Amino acid sequence: MEVTETWYLVLSAVLFSIGLIGLLVRRNPLVMFMCVELMLNAVNISFVAFSGAFNDIAGQSAVFFVLVVAAAEVVVGLSLVVMLMRYRASATIDDLSVLKG
Amino acid sequence: MVDASVFIVSAAIIILGALGVILSKNPVRAALSLVASFFGVAVLFVLQEAHFLSLVQVVVYGGAIVVLFLFVIMLLGVDKAENLRIEPLVGQRYAGVLAGVGFCAIICAGLFLSGPGGEDGAVALTGTPTQEQARIIDATTPDINQLATDLFGRNVLAFEATALLLTIATVGAVVLVKNQKKPVPASVAAHSAADSENSSENTELDAENEVDE
Repeated sequence: MEVTETWYLVLSAVLFSIGLIGLLVRRNPLVMFMCVELMLNAVNISFVAFSGAFNDIAGQSAVFFVLVVAAAEVVVGLSLVVMLMRYRASATIDDLSVLKG
Repeated sequence: MVDASVFIVSAAIIILGALGVILSKNPVRAALSLVASFFGVAVLFVLQEAHFLSLVQVVVYGGAIVVLFLFVIMLLGVDKAENLRIEPLVGQRYAGVLAGVGFCAIICAGLFLSGPGGEDGAVALTGTPTQEQARIIDATTPDINQLATDLFGRNVLAFEATALLLTIATVGAVVLVKNQKKPVPASVAAHSAADSENSSENTELDAENEVDE
């Protein structure tokens, strides 16, 4: 039984969907960020799978950039959470509705 | 055969970790499930001979990002369990699950219907790269050398842009969490009468911590 890239792509689709469900269902902003990380990881799996399928290093470079963007996103996102939590200790994402004008 | 068993075991770890993230009530458990999921992904990278990315996956994702999550969880003291029974928006949960499952079904359908016989699904989705676009992997050179050649050769502009992005993110984080003298808007203050004093004493600590990151 040989592992083809289709296996990786199906796994990636499943992982992305789990992250998507979590993002839509959960209301704790920290857990929502974790779900975004899951979705980014799913995309990384498919990038590396395509890199192997085409025997082309460009897919692996793309993973590197995704990694950097994920790190930047977490830093800014978590500082937004810290700011939100200063106003309310048990904040959910719904409390960001105070941002409406 | 070995490949298939490694794939199946690590795929199971990835999926179970991901389910742990979205199903656990306690954010600390969610973060630890996330680590399990990231390690599974790192194993899959090794299986595909992307050794450097596997290392980076463990160090950056499993190390830095999850530790940052745990720092914030502990710092803010939000590590108490959330009641998942409460559903403020009626039907949101079903709609979310339906959207996720539907999305997965669409992707898988595209994957299996696009290629002849299903096996060529990946190639059929994107098309084969042309000769001048391709950066062929050379099996004799270590993958870190090839990745470096690609990053600092063709993608050097994008690489510079990520440096700029990281600088902006660092400055943004410092600006966001630094001590603010401006008065709290009335609508927010009304919510937060109860917990204002315990959050204000954490303020300096928050700012220091974010600068380190």
